[in-house]
Amino acid sequence: MHPNLSFDQAPPISVPYRFFLTAPWFGMLAGLLLAWSGGDGLGSRWTPEVLALTHLAGAGFMLQAMSGALFQFIPVAVGGNVWRPRLVANVIHPLLVLAALLLVAGLLFSNPALLSAAVPVFLLGAGGLVAAVALALWRTPATGMTLWSMRMAIGGLAITVLLGSLLADALARGLNLPLIDLTNVHLAWALGGWALMLLAGVSYHVVPMFQLTRPYPLWFARGFGPLLLLLLCAWSSRLLLDDDRWTTPIALPLLLLFSAYAVMTLWLQYTRRRKVDDATSLYFRVAMVSLLGFAVSGAAVRLYPPFGDDPRAIVWLGVLVFVGVFVSATAGMMYKITPFLNWLHLQRLGAPISAVPNMKKMIPADDMTGQLRLHVLALLLLLAAVWLPTLARLAGFAFAVSCAWLAWNLIGAARRYRMFTDQIRAVALHP
Amino acid sequence: MSITTPLFQHHKHCDDIFADAESACGNGDWEAGGKLFALLQSQLEAHFSSEEELLFPAFEAATGMTSGPTEVMRGEHRQMRDLLGQMSSGLAERDGDAFSGAAETLLILMQQHNMKEENILYPMCDNALGASDLGDNLAQRLKAS
Repeated sequence: MHPNLSFDQAPPISVPYRFFLTAPWFGMLAGLLLAWSGGDGLGSRWTPEVLALTHLAGAGFMLQAMSGALFQFIPVAVGGNVWRPRLVANVIHPLLVLAALLLVAGLLFSNPALLSAAVPVFLLGAGGLVAAVALALWRTPATGMTLWSMRMAIGGLAITVLLGSLLADALARGLNLPLIDLTNVHLAWALGGWALMLLAGVSYHVVPMFQLTRPYPLWFARGFGPLLLLLLCAWSSRLLLDDDRWTTPIALPLLLLFSAYAVMTLWLQYTRRRKVDDATSLYFRVAMVSLLGFAVSGAAVRLYPPFGDDPRAIVWLGVLVFVGVFVSATAGMMYKITPFLNWLHLQRLGAPISAVPNMKKMIPADDMTGQLRLHVLALLLLLAAVWLPTLARLAGFAFAVSCAWLAWNLIGAARRYRMFTDQIRAVALHP
Repeated sequence: MSITTPLFQHHKHCDDIFADAESACGNGDWEAGGKLFALLQSQLEAHFSSEEELLFPAFEAATGMTSGPTEVMRGEHRQMRDLLGQMSSGLAERDGDAFSGAAETLLILMQQHNMKEENILYPMCDNALGASDLGDNLAQRLKAS
């Protein structure tokens, strides 16, 4: 018997939606911050603006969207039950929002009190998320590389948050710690150990599922996660060894691994059976091309000093990975998950299925592809603004508008859900 | 080969027909699309009925789990049959939006349904029914469809 096996597509729709509907606002704030600060805000990774922008994207947009997706994905993909998902979401969602805002404000204004305040809130919110998700992931009887990737990813999130808290505390209290090394390790776990590990694990399911591609080869799925974990551990050794000679020999295989995932995904999409393109498949392609761009640029930073020594090079990498890879991939996922969840929950109201509008009636396709185009334009402007500061305000504004449009599209889906619910209930009461 | 391997392979077969039918109708080739859709509908029906009449009763008898995963799967079969009905109406009326909207919904429902079967239910069935000759019966039935 499998007492923990969830065969239902729980949780309640409000659980993932609160995270999905919050995520774009952090993107909008990031765009507005850049449009407001303008000038040379993107001149170096250490400016208060860039630190704030990074965390609006990572601890705001990405963490919100990925938390919502986790709650939804665990029961369906790996048969796990998150304990009382509505209660857990009620607690951790506001904590994560507050923690991200405190952290961003603390970094932007270099304010020790705000940074100190962010730490316990973050530890509580993210700790609650990690505990609830880890429990579900360890108790499920399912097997497979998606499950293992998700387990590793949630471990990656835990390490990211612990290191981030240590950094915030060190900044707030002026502790004598190797801040640059700690930041590099924190960032590697955030982007590789948490976000990319999760994206890869989810890709093993959703890329074949949405596009009818062949599955990722077993050797790839079995090798990618453990190798990524191994290289991240090696990368973290810099904290103990303090020997810079190993940076390039570890960074290059790591970047090669990122490229392998991007090329494999693009190849599977290219050879797919389903020929219909939509916002999700295009968004995924933007994400994978950006990841390739990140890997090539990252290698150039290590191997070509005139490029690598320019402080803007790391900001360029940041735009590629945060906006190009992860905002793209998560927006694409939300555009597929949200219409399906609307349909799934509406048809559970007991109406005949013919009375439930299909997925394409939930968010107009033109709105999604229009928003996607604006997002790509904003990404290109942001990349250009790294080198041409006069473009910073325009790039920030474009990104803010594209995130506002994403929010509008997702809110539209939630409104349609409510409208169709009312219609179906009215028909049930007055047939 | 496990007893559920024929069902696993048949999922891929249905995916291929779905992609061809969707592509043909999307390109406005309603005649070819209609033929492919008819094939899709008959293949999916053969798949659903093989599970509902052979696999699920055997699993329920072996494990005593009558209100668990198999009930959820039967419910999703009903939903997919309804969506096939909507696609059929869209096809009859040459209504591209209605057809593609129902097709998109069917695809996601079908894929996450298959995912649950392949990752969770089929391994449970293989464990519970490993010694039976059910696999041959399933293979023959799907082949005859």
